[in-house]
Amino acid sequence: MTHTLPTRPRSWRDWLTTPEITSSRQASAQRIYWGFVDFFGNPLAVVGLVIVLALIAMAAFAPVFATHDPIAQDLRNALSPPSAEHWFGTDDLGRDIYSRIVYGSRITLYIVVLVSIIVAPIGLVIGMASGYFGGWVDRVLMRVTDIFLSFPSLILALAFAAALGPGLENAVIAIALTAWPPIARLARAETLTVRGADYIAAARLSGASPLKMLMGYILPMCVPSVIVRITLNMSGIILTAASLGFLGLGAQPPSPEWGAMTSAGRRFMIDSWWVVTMPGSAILIVALAFNLFGDGLRDLFDPRRGS
Amino acid sequence: MLRLRPQVLSGGAFVASILVTLFGLLVLTFIIGRMMPVDPVLAIVGDEAPQSTYDRVYQQLGLDQPLYVQFFRFVSDVLRGDFGVALITGRPVIEDIIRVFPATIELGTVAILIGAGLGVPLGVAAAVRRDRISDHLIRFFSLIAYSTPVFWLGLMGLLVFYAYLGWSGGTGRVEIFYTGIVQPITGFLLIDSAATGQWDVFMSALRNIWLPALVLGLSSMAYIARMTRSFMLEQMGQEYVLTARIKGLPEKTVVWRHAFRNIRVQLVTIIALTYGGLLEGAVLIETVFSWPGFGSYLTSNLMIGDMNAVMACTLLVGLIFIGLNAVSDVLYRVFDPRTRTA
Amino acid sequence: MTDTLLSVRNLNVEYLSSRGPMHAVRNVSLDLGREKVAIVGESGSGKSTVGRALVRLLPPIARITADRLDFEGQSLLALRDKRMQDIRGRRISMILQDPKYSLNPVMSVGEQISEAYLAHYSVGRAEARRRAIEQLAAVQIRDPEHVYGLYPHEVSGGMGQRIMIAMMLIPEPSIIIADEPTSALDVTVRLQVLALLDDLVRQRGIGLIFISHDLNLVQSFCDRVLIMYAGQVVETLRGGELGAARHPYTKGLLASLPRIGARQKRLPVLDRRPEWAADLGAAS
Repeated sequence: MTHTLPTRPRSWRDWLTTPEITSSRQASAQRIYWGFVDFFGNPLAVVGLVIVLALIAMAAFAPVFATHDPIAQDLRNALSPPSAEHWFGTDDLGRDIYSRIVYGSRITLYIVVLVSIIVAPIGLVIGMASGYFGGWVDRVLMRVTDIFLSFPSLILALAFAAALGPGLENAVIAIALTAWPPIARLARAETLTVRGADYIAAARLSGASPLKMLMGYILPMCVPSVIVRITLNMSGIILTAASLGFLGLGAQPPSPEWGAMTSAGRRFMIDSWWVVTMPGSAILIVALAFNLFGDGLRDLFDPRRGS
Repeated sequence: MLRLRPQVLSGGAFVASILVTLFGLLVLTFIIGRMMPVDPVLAIVGDEAPQSTYDRVYQQLGLDQPLYVQFFRFVSDVLRGDFGVALITGRPVIEDIIRVFPATIELGTVAILIGAGLGVPLGVAAAVRRDRISDHLIRFFSLIAYSTPVFWLGLMGLLVFYAYLGWSGGTGRVEIFYTGIVQPITGFLLIDSAATGQWDVFMSALRNIWLPALVLGLSSMAYIARMTRSFMLEQMGQEYVLTARIKGLPEKTVVWRHAFRNIRVQLVTIIALTYGGLLEGAVLIETVFSWPGFGSYLTSNLMIGDMNAVMACTLLVGLIFIGLNAVSDVLYRVFDPRTRTA
Repeated sequence: MTDTLLSVRNLNVEYLSSRGPMHAVRNVSLDLGREKVAIVGESGSGKSTVGRALVRLLPPIARITADRLDFEGQSLLALRDKRMQDIRGRRISMILQDPKYSLNPVMSVGEQISEAYLAHYSVGRAEARRRAIEQLAAVQIRDPEHVYGLYPHEVSGGMGQRIMIAMMLIPEPSIIIADEPTSALDVTVRLQVLALLDDLVRQRGIGLIFISHDLNLVQSFCDRVLIMYAGQVVETLRGGELGAARHPYTKGLLASLPRIGARQKRLPVLDRRPEWAADLGAAS
């Protein structure tokens, strides 16, 4: 086979697809490009992404999407079925359910984002420290993790939320306190896998401090799977948050939290099915979307995918 | 130097590990109990009480003691089963829990029977067929099961099967008409009513339990089906399955007498763990169906802020979970043939 | 000449994968009477595939075709599953390589042998058990009553393989396919198991197809040797007459076998020629 000189790529597309790579920037760019291609080849994952983006849009531009004021009461129109005026009908105080769901997306997003932001660093730090230092540090940290894991997460979140009192921020703290253990375990597992690698030993021999080791070498290996895991966990967070809301913890009335809306509608369910069905469906759709999106991400990052 | 047999050593380590976790459980529960922003003294004496009363109650509750002493009191209370008195019922919390638990166990048991009873055959069928359709169906079903809010599913179930179709008896363990008729022997209505020959009560109990148990069992069914399929696929690729086919055995025998027999232990462990997981769902389901069990008890106390009762319930759930994990660990070690002979 | 039990003409096996069909076995033909025939080849030569194709136990993506695949005059190709199950075990049996994996770990070995008998003969369980113990004794296992209740992980490799033989012999088949039956055994045990197999097969007049990668092993043991390369039979030799080999692959294999006492500085390495894999075409 004769060897030809690499020709200059003629377009962006060429640059991204040619197997002859001439710079690390090109390699990274190609990786990202193929990542996108693979991800968008998975229709379900795309559906998930679209719904998640819609959620974000709804939360950001709630006043644009909503048709009514979410807390405005109109007792003459209480419990009216879905119609052209009220797309999802009204609740027992005459409030437009559709608009409440739109504004409720803000609460949902707030919880999901906040919990994830809190949980990721905590889980990473504990997991990496545990895996890297080993010994009694590992034993103690893992024991603490195990103790948290010995409760079903909803029940533990309930206990925390009950102790802290009702309120949105308290619900976030409660959920975060139950969501960090799986992340810590994952980070620890990844750290253990990486720890024995030669390049780690080489870096350590050349005098890198533990902090530099952790931040510069171990962290980048842990981050992808942690991101995937957090995305997958987001649906669980949404369901837990909705359950807390259903039980009266979390965001308080008149806040349009979806779980609380479902609970409030129970009494009227038999004659006015929309009061319960609509907010619950919203929870289902959003949780499903995060699951689909997370599954798509995971398939992307899974090294065992066949070529 | 004492030389202990390896089984004793590893058994000892196992028990010690559990004890440490239990201790940690107690610490965590103690901390949560103390996290309350509400002053427990004020909750008892009210805002208007004079300082002397406040101080007296403060001392009575032991709040003037250093934390480790308080913790010690807490642990000894727990060990004696003293969780304080419930605000709603005025009775000791431990009594309340014993009274309401059977209802939850009954619900959970029927739920796991549905979950495993349907999940295992589905998983085996999917593994045997191994075509893309059943593969996708199971994954799809699992996905939906993981994404559905369980309390909403229960409500929808009531809407459809009780309000519209009338197939379910609605909320509660039996129709109001039959409440209190059967004397509790085991606490399990289905057993008690059948044992005393009161078949009309039995039928009512059945009509009322099937829907909550089904909703509760659905997500466990998805999980069990997926795990069963995964275990079976692993076995079907093994050489001994080929041997069984060479012998000329019919495919059904190959699947059930050979492959399935090899996953029984794994299945039991999975099912035991899932059983514990049902407690979580029970909290919500019991609230939706007004089922007078442990879950309802927990949520009622939650709503009125009786932290004593809530912490007692939380601690109990933690204990059950640790217990179930330990049991399935032991089961696995005992039944795994590779660990049987040294 | 003994009567022909198995007659195969131009057996082909294709694996239909997403990357296109893979031709694992090409135009293999053989006739088997009450004799011992070896199929020898390296990994990937298709020899195991031939064995499994004969009893139609390949995965669903495999397509088996042949001009003729007759057992005792009856074509096996078009047989329905139920009829094939009647033949497997009862008329044609197969011994696999490693008893560690080929025996069911959660059933006692005795039960597995009884099961093989009960699958084809309607007798009571006590009778099946008696026969199983008899068979265990026939494969020279001491204390067969005790061994009956043991589990596969409690017996040694050699014993496990004898149990496998007992299990495959008990329904009294006409043909046994042995797929590398001694490859997983210690060298010392290997010859014992071979001798045992030889005895039993001769006593009962069973036709044996012996699949192996070990040319040395089969030449003294079998009546005929079929050499397979890249899915085809490239040469057929009589046992003990391997020196008459003409195909360069066979000659290369024989030359690379180490011999005690031979003065050799270096073992010759097989020099593969692409033309050895060329399609030889169907036999007439």
